[in-house]
Amino acid sequence: MLAKRIIAALDIAGGRVVKGVNFENIKDSGDPVELAKRYVSEGMDELVFLDIKATVDKRKILSELVKRVASEISIPFTVGGGLTELDDMVSIIRNGADKIFINTYAVQHPEIIESISDRIGTANTVIAIDAMFRDGKYNVYINGGSKDTGLDAVQWARKAASLGAGELLVTSINADGTMKGYDVNLLKAITGAVNIPVIASGGAGKPADFLDAFNAGADGALAASIFHRGIYSATDIKKYLMENGINVRL
Amino acid sequence: MIAIIDIGTGNLSTIERVTGGKITMEPGEIEGAEKIIFPGVGSFQYVASIIRPVRKILINRIKSGIPYLGICLGLEMLFDSSEEGGGEGLGLIPGRIKKFAGVKTPHMGWNQVKNLTDLPIMGGIPDNSFFYFMHSYYAPDTAYTAMETDYGGYFTSGIMYGNIYGVQFHPEKSGDAGIRLLKNFGAIA
Repeated sequence: MLAKRIIAALDIAGGRVVKGVNFENIKDSGDPVELAKRYVSEGMDELVFLDIKATVDKRKILSELVKRVASEISIPFTVGGGLTELDDMVSIIRNGADKIFINTYAVQHPEIIESISDRIGTANTVIAIDAMFRDGKYNVYINGGSKDTGLDAVQWARKAASLGAGELLVTSINADGTMKGYDVNLLKAITGAVNIPVIASGGAGKPADFLDAFNAGADGALAASIFHRGIYSATDIKKYLMENGINVRL
Repeated sequence: MIAIIDIGTGNLSTIERVTGGKITMEPGEIEGAEKIIFPGVGSFQYVASIIRPVRKILINRIKSGIPYLGICLGLEMLFDSSEEGGGEGLGLIPGRIKKFAGVKTPHMGWNQVKNLTDLPIMGGIPDNSFFYFMHSYYAPDTAYTAMETDYGGYFTSGIMYGNIYGVQFHPEKSGDAGIRLLKNFGAIA
């Protein structure tokens, strides 16, 4: 049976991990590759690299970093952040990433989803959706969560899937950074509307939060802080999930 | 020499490092290869069009009995055609690649692989180990189905036909078990 996935997010700027990382036994805790290796050794199923400066600065993601990650780890990873050019996406895949994700640009140019999935494959095309609950519904936000598009998140999810997205990475802006749990209502609404895998993001603070996300229909659950700070390892969370009837890779 | 067929998408560095193979699309190198690994990423029609110039060479080399390992689309290409789109497969195994129905598609993530027979490439890997899948299409059940995976029912996740191996999952992305599989293939005499 297909296992539910535990996914670590690494925010990157200038080729370095952003946010405080305090791990012993890591020579260079700001090095994404060292951190990725640590996560893999602790049972992580997948990694997501977000170039947080790229949207603002229009900088290209360093292909060198992608190459290094690909040559040193042997689990899947996704790369995104400010991508707009199909050629750049192809080159990221070519350099070793398994999937790319786009967010703002896909909202502004939905037709690009078809071009991307035609070229690199549907399974490799992830659409990231940042949603905020406001006035009784979930709106899609762009530009790193700073701009409300007025677009309904569930409708956008459905459209992205129909255009060829192979997976959705759904972040609740309300929950993000709170460590008080994923936005279960958002996950239920999105997973109920599409027939492609959905990754929950934003709000994970404890193992029970992951259980809630999976019970809400998510296929994977992503977190950053709890892994960065070493509060829980992927294996800790998976053991808890297994005890609670969720199929995981242990 | 192990020829790793280069179709211009996907990263082949793990496969190259583990098997000591050479990434190539040169007809001469494919013709002279002792083994072939075909890691496919993209759509059936895209891969079929890219390999058209070396299609005959591939067919002849594989038919000559050298070990072949097809990964994902490299497995699918062994068949005649696909529901995904146009283009000719290598036609070494009769049948048409099918699309998943009634389940979330793509089938994405870690799933277990059950061996139906003794497979040299699975040596030392516990049965029902997890491997990473990323696909919407799969091979039909044939006499050469050698591995099965449960996704809303069992489907063919691996085949063995003489020295021809095909796996629907990505060993190069499947941690230690996947690395072991690639090493096993590299060690086949």
